[in-house]
Amino acid sequence: MAFAAFSSTAAPTTDPVTRRRSPVALFLLLPGILYLVLFFLTPLISLLLTSFQAPREFGDIGQFDYAFRWQNYLEVVTTYWPHIVRSFSYALAATFFALLISYPLAYFIGVKARKWPLLQSLMLVLVIAPFFISFLLRTLAWKQLFSDESFVVQSLKALSLLGPEAHVTGTAFSVIFGLTYNFIPFMTLPLYTTLERLDVRYLEAGSDLYASPFHVFRKVTIPLSMPGIVAGTLLTFIPAAGDYINASRDFLGGTGTQMMGNVIEANFLVLQNFPAAAALSIILMTVILVIVSIYVKRSGTEELL
Amino acid sequence: MAVGAFADRGADLELVGIEKRFPGFTAIENLNLTIPAGSFFALLGPSGCGKTTTLRLVAGLEEPTNGRILIGGTDVTNQKSFQRPVNTVFQSYALFPHMSVLENVAFGLRRRKIGDPVAKAHEALLLVELDHLAHRKPQQLSGGQQQRVALARAIVNRPALLLLDEPLGALDLKLRRQMQLELKTIQEEVGLTFLHVTHDQEEAMTMADTIAVMNKGRIEQMGEPQQLYELPRTAFVANFLGQSNLFTGPVVSTTSTAIAVDVSGQKIVVPLERAHRVSGEVTIGVRPEKLTLHGEAPSDDAGRNLMGPGTVIDVSFSGVSTQYLVAVPGVGTLVVFAQNMAFGPAAHVGAQVWLSWNVDHGFGLDDDPADSPRFEADLDTKTIAQQRRSSLLTELEGA
Repeated sequence: MAFAAFSSTAAPTTDPVTRRRSPVALFLLLPGILYLVLFFLTPLISLLLTSFQAPREFGDIGQFDYAFRWQNYLEVVTTYWPHIVRSFSYALAATFFALLISYPLAYFIGVKARKWPLLQSLMLVLVIAPFFISFLLRTLAWKQLFSDESFVVQSLKALSLLGPEAHVTGTAFSVIFGLTYNFIPFMTLPLYTTLERLDVRYLEAGSDLYASPFHVFRKVTIPLSMPGIVAGTLLTFIPAAGDYINASRDFLGGTGTQMMGNVIEANFLVLQNFPAAAALSIILMTVILVIVSIYVKRSGTEELL
Repeated sequence: MAVGAFADRGADLELVGIEKRFPGFTAIENLNLTIPAGSFFALLGPSGCGKTTTLRLVAGLEEPTNGRILIGGTDVTNQKSFQRPVNTVFQSYALFPHMSVLENVAFGLRRRKIGDPVAKAHEALLLVELDHLAHRKPQQLSGGQQQRVALARAIVNRPALLLLDEPLGALDLKLRRQMQLELKTIQEEVGLTFLHVTHDQEEAMTMADTIAVMNKGRIEQMGEPQQLYELPRTAFVANFLGQSNLFTGPVVSTTSTAIAVDVSGQKIVVPLERAHRVSGEVTIGVRPEKLTLHGEAPSDDAGRNLMGPGTVIDVSFSGVSTQYLVAVPGVGTLVVFAQNMAFGPAAHVGAQVWLSWNVDHGFGLDDDPADSPRFEADLDTKTIAQQRRSSLLTELEGA
């Protein structure tokens, strides 16, 4: 074959873009850098220092001195490990359910509803609509809906689907439900933006190459929507792991469902054990950072992003 | 479709009474078509004529409103696209961006559970001389290379029927010529049935054994390239496949071998076996390269038709040949292609010329001239060229 004749038209070698340092670029970045130093780096260092503080000798409750008391970390882990485990398992469960609910929804809005732009916009508005009401109010509303004397729970009891002494609020179910519910828009929107750009011609090509609808979904649709899945799961998992509203006793949680956020809140505001709260915060951040970096690395979406 | 085995040979395709209606318009009306196994068949037509829809119907990407599709004698009308023994080279290539070139090519083999997909994919890539790029991602390849990957991805499955949806549209002229030859070679080597959809008449004529010219959802004429070119049946075919000089006029006399048509006072003779209509008002034509220019009125010759005098209004040189536009009063503007046998044009703008052609080169069309306005009005070559140009532009914009 004569392809060698025009092999000179081979793809151009991808030269690394030569980066030039421009003073203008640095100048334009300055406000952002200042902002980050002031409002992210400073509190972070302060938090780190606090986490190693030791109680003041003969001091009052809530009085601490700067020190290097690394035992703080050991203490919070031994005391609060159930909360740590619970935080991440609840967040994981909520992320999973949010993905399960959001993917078909985003797929419908982004792919199936392309033919009807009006329906598409309407459904998007419906996804965003909950943001018009404070999520505290919405979570409170769910507390009412799930309360023992509510219509829902009464009906379930009447149907013997729930035992006479059973509760819905204060259980792992209601906390995971609340987390899932609250983070569905954060999952749906990034998924929608990726799926909206999904070229259905790839799906046709897959089908043409003997892939059944299931295989097309697994081998083509999912990999191509990976950027949306990664963005959505991160936007859900990270805040869900640190959430302290849904699991709080004032909302959908109970004593047995406390998460890290609740413990940090209690230590800071009630017990005034600032080093413990700071240490927990650092642990929370580190664990999330590790999980997220492994996740992003493994999902291999660099080329699609 | 047999899983785990290749089709051992091409299969014939049969379309029976296919009709496809979309909300608001009919893309294809009552299409009957048989493509014999192992042939290279081209569906030729302008944008929006229904040729791509036909292809998608065969691939199973659209469902016909009416009619049946048979591949190798088996009714596949109700089969989904992944169940049909058909592969497509898409106009957009549609190479999976998240897979390497090799994985793209092996995709179909893996789905059909054919043994040793990687080795077979390498083989197919060797065939298109791209094996050295097997581990690149499609977006790292040039357009021509992507096109060859798309071709490899389809033929590696040895489908009974290979569908080509304007696969050469995005390539430059030189590469396109090269690919046309390669495609033809591959088709002959592997003996598959090729159904090629294109709006490029030259491409269709060089590659295909049989061409069907499609217009407005119907097949206007079907046949071998040479037959279509030399004896077009309708004005559309005459103008879409190359250029034509068309005249209308009443038949004034008929002999046992020919008819004579009066075109604005000039008697033009067309052989009877080359005329589709033999009485009343008819449209006749002749190809521009069959015309000969004369500087002075030639003597009457029973074997040649004569027209003129006319005035040369344009001369354009295109290397091998020169195109002349000659305005003949009462008839219109005629196009003449003359081989550049000598240096310099044979006639200059403003010169008075006569035109003649062999009687055997004329053809009579099947169209009823009364149905449509005079052809200069809306279906002359210029209009069609403009239409094709604008459709090509919109296509490029859409791509």
